[in-house]
Amino acid sequence: MKRFVVGLGALAFAALLIGALLEPLMANTPGGVDLRVAVAAHMTASGVDHPVTAVLLNFRGYDTLLEIAVLLLALIVILAIGIDPECDRPRAANPVLQAMARLAAPLMVVVAVYLLWAGAFRPGGAFQAGAVLAAAAVLLHLTGLLPSWQLPGLKLRWGLTAGFLIFLAVAAALIPQGALLQYPPAQAGKLILLIEAGLTVSLGLILAGLFLFLSRDPGDDA
Amino acid sequence: MSSGLLFACVGAILFAMGVAGVVLIAHLLRRILAFNVMGSGAFLILVGLAQRYDFSDPVPQAMVLTGIVVAVAATALALALVRRLHALTGKLELPTDGT
Amino acid sequence: MIWLILLPLLWASLAFISGEGRGKWLAIGGLSGQTWLAFDLAQTVGAGGVAVEHLVGGWGAPLGIDLAADGLSAAMLVLTQCVALPLAVYAGAYYKRGEVAGAYFWPLAGFLIAGLNALFLSADLFNIYVTLELVGLAAVGLVAAGGGAQQVAAALRYLFATLLGSGLYLLGVALVYGGYGTVSISVLTPLVTSEAPRLMWIAGGLMLIGLMLKTALWPFHFWLPPAHGGAPAPVSALLSALVVKASFYLVLRLWIGPFAPLVAAAEWLAWGPAVLGTLAILWGSWQAIRAERLKMLIAYSTVAQLGYLFLIFPLLTGADAVQAGVMQAFAHGFAKAGLFVAAGVFIKATGQDTVAGLAGTVDRLPITLFAFGLSGMTLMGLPPSSGFLAKWLLIETALDRGYWWLVLVVLAGGLLAAVYVFRVLRQAFLQAPANTSLAAVPRTLEWTAFVLAAVSVLLGLRGVELMQLVGVMR
Repeated sequence: MKRFVVGLGALAFAALLIGALLEPLMANTPGGVDLRVAVAAHMTASGVDHPVTAVLLNFRGYDTLLEIAVLLLALIVILAIGIDPECDRPRAANPVLQAMARLAAPLMVVVAVYLLWAGAFRPGGAFQAGAVLAAAAVLLHLTGLLPSWQLPGLKLRWGLTAGFLIFLAVAAALIPQGALLQYPPAQAGKLILLIEAGLTVSLGLILAGLFLFLSRDPGDDA
Repeated sequence: MSSGLLFACVGAILFAMGVAGVVLIAHLLRRILAFNVMGSGAFLILVGLAQRYDFSDPVPQAMVLTGIVVAVAATALALALVRRLHALTGKLELPTDGT
Repeated sequence: MIWLILLPLLWASLAFISGEGRGKWLAIGGLSGQTWLAFDLAQTVGAGGVAVEHLVGGWGAPLGIDLAADGLSAAMLVLTQCVALPLAVYAGAYYKRGEVAGAYFWPLAGFLIAGLNALFLSADLFNIYVTLELVGLAAVGLVAAGGGAQQVAAALRYLFATLLGSGLYLLGVALVYGGYGTVSISVLTPLVTSEAPRLMWIAGGLMLIGLMLKTALWPFHFWLPPAHGGAPAPVSALLSALVVKASFYLVLRLWIGPFAPLVAAAEWLAWGPAVLGTLAILWGSWQAIRAERLKMLIAYSTVAQLGYLFLIFPLLTGADAVQAGVMQAFAHGFAKAGLFVAAGVFIKATGQDTVAGLAGTVDRLPITLFAFGLSGMTLMGLPPSSGFLAKWLLIETALDRGYWWLVLVVLAGGLLAAVYVFRVLRQAFLQAPANTSLAAVPRTLEWTAFVLAAVSVLLGLRGVELMQLVGVMR
C-alpha cells in the first residue's frame, strides 16, 4: 500500500515538474539575469583561462572553501564513529597485479600533476588531480602493497588539513584587499595555483582516507 | 526540444525515482544508492535547465562540481555509518521499533 | 562579520590536528571571540538601522556571493554564540579523558557552528545549500560519535532525513536558477512577481517541504526524538537549541523574501505550517507527558516547542510576527539547552536515564533541579521569562488579526508543558529508595545548567532591545 502511494506520488511529481520545465522561462531572455555575460566580462581579471575554474576558485570560491570543509568534516566523522583496530587481513597478493600497480602508480602521480596544471585553461584542477592520487592509493591497497590506515598520527592529520588551512589562510589574508577572497588581478593566477596545489595533496589524502580508514572494519564480508 | 531540456526532463524522472527509493527501500546500501540517483537528478536539472538554448553556462557547472563533492562526502559518511551498524548488529537495515 | 565564519573553521581544524586535550581551550577561546563579534555586529546593525553587507571576492551579486546581516541574522548569530559558549564549558567538564566522543566533539562542534554562522549570514541560495550540508553532516557526526548500535541507528535515520531535506532544497535552487538565472536572494527578490512561472511554485514547495523535514515539524519529526534523545547531553543541547532553528530561520527568510509575492497570491498557504505547528504542539506534548526516559521527554518537548515557531506564518503581514518567532527561538534555545544540560547532570549522578530514577535528587543536586525548574518555567510561558514574552507577543498578534483559535493553541500548549515539567519536578522531590547512591558531579556542570536557565528567564526583561534589532530588515 505504502509502495503504491509513494510510487504514484513520485510519478505525479515527475509529470508536474516536466510540465513546468517545458513552459517558457525568464532566464536567458531580456527580463532575466544572464551570468554567462558577467563571467565572460570578468575572465581576464580572474587569473585563469577556464571559465569553470574561474567560477570555482574565484567568483564563487567561497562555496568551494565551505565544500572542502564538508569533505574534511566527513573524514573526521568517519574517524569519530570509530574504526576497528584489530582487523587488517592481508589482501591476496597476486604478483601480476602487483607488478601492474607498481607501474601504474607513478604514472598516476604524473597524471595528477598534469591535471592540476591543466585546470587553469581546460577541464581539470585540484579535485580531478586529488581523485587520481586517491585512486592510486586505493589501487596500491587493493593489490596488497599498501596497508590500510590506523588512527592518523600528527603528520597525517596535518596533511589532511593542510589544503583547507592554506585555502583559509589565503582567503583571510586577502581581506585587507577589501573582502574575503578578493584576489588582486595580477596575483590571482599564482594564488589560485597555490591553493589548488595544497588542495590536491589534501584532497588526495582525504579521498584515500575515506577508503583506507574504512577498509579496517570487520564488516568486510557484507 | 533542445538537448538541455531533454536532460532536465530525464533529471526530473531520476529525482522522483530517487526520492521514492529513499523513502521506500529498507536495505541501507540500496537506500544510499537511491540518494545518489536523487542527487544526480537534481544535478542534471541544474545543468540541463540552464542550457536549454544550447549555450553552456559555467556557473551551474561549477555548482554541480561543488554539489558532487558534497554528495561524495555524504555518501562516504553514510557508508561508514552503515558499516558500523553492520559491525555492531550484523544487520543492513534499520531497526523498526523507532528507537 | 566574516570572522564569525572563519574563526570556528580555524579552531575546528586546529582542534582536529592537535588532538584531544587542547580542543577544549581552542573552542572556548574561539567562542569567546565569536560572542564578542556577534554582539558587536548586533550593535552595529541595531544602531545603524541598516543591514551590513560583505561582498565575498569583491564581485558582488549575481556573479559573486554576498553575505548580509540584518536584524534577523544578527539576532540568530547572537543566540548561536551565547548558547554555544556555555555548552563548550559544559562539554569540557562532561567528557571523561580518553573518550572517543569527547576527542571528536570539538572539531565537529566547530564545523557545526561555522556552518550555522555561515548559513545565517549568507544571501545566496546555493551557498546556503552548502552550509546546510555542513550543518547537517556535522550534526549527524556528533550524534554518532563513539556511540553504540542505537546511536548509530538514530544517526542513520537522521542522516537520511537531513539528506532528503537538502536534496529537495537543492532541486528548488536548481529550478530557481533555471527560471531566473541567479541564486542571489537580493537579485532574485525584485524579479519574482505573483505571475511567476509554475516552476517557481514548485521550487518554493520543494524548499518548504525539505526545510520542514529538517526542522522536524510534525509529521516530519520521526527522526528527532531518537537522535536528540540518544546523543550525549552537550550534543543534544546543541542540536535542539540551535540546529533545528537554522532551517526554521531559512523558511522564514524565504517566506518573507523572494517567495513573498507567491505567498501573498495564495493566502491559504500560510495555514499549512500553522496547522502542522498546532498538531506538533499537541502531539509532542502528549508524547512528552507519556515518556519514560528523561531525555526522550525533553526531545518530544522540542517537537512541541518547534510547533510554536510555525504558528507565526498566517500572521506574517507585519513585522511583529517575526519578532514573536525570534523571541520564541531565543526562549526555547536557552531553555532547551538548560534542560538537556540539567538532564546530563541527573544522568551522570543517578547512572540512569529514566524519569523514575530522579527520586531524591532534590537533596543532592539542588542547583541543577532549580535550573530545570527555571527552564521549565520558560517552556510553560510564566512571567517574567522570555517564554512568557514570546507567547504574549504571539497572542497579541493573533488577537490583532482576529485568529482566536491560535490563542487557544498557545494557552493549551503552555498547560501541557506544565504537565510534563511538573511530572519531572514532582519525581525529584520524592523520597529516594534507601539503597540509592548518587555519584559526585563536577560543579561546572551544575552551574552551566543554571546559567543557561537563568538567561532564558532574564532575557524576558531585555526583550525590547531584541525586538528593536529584529525590526531591522534586509
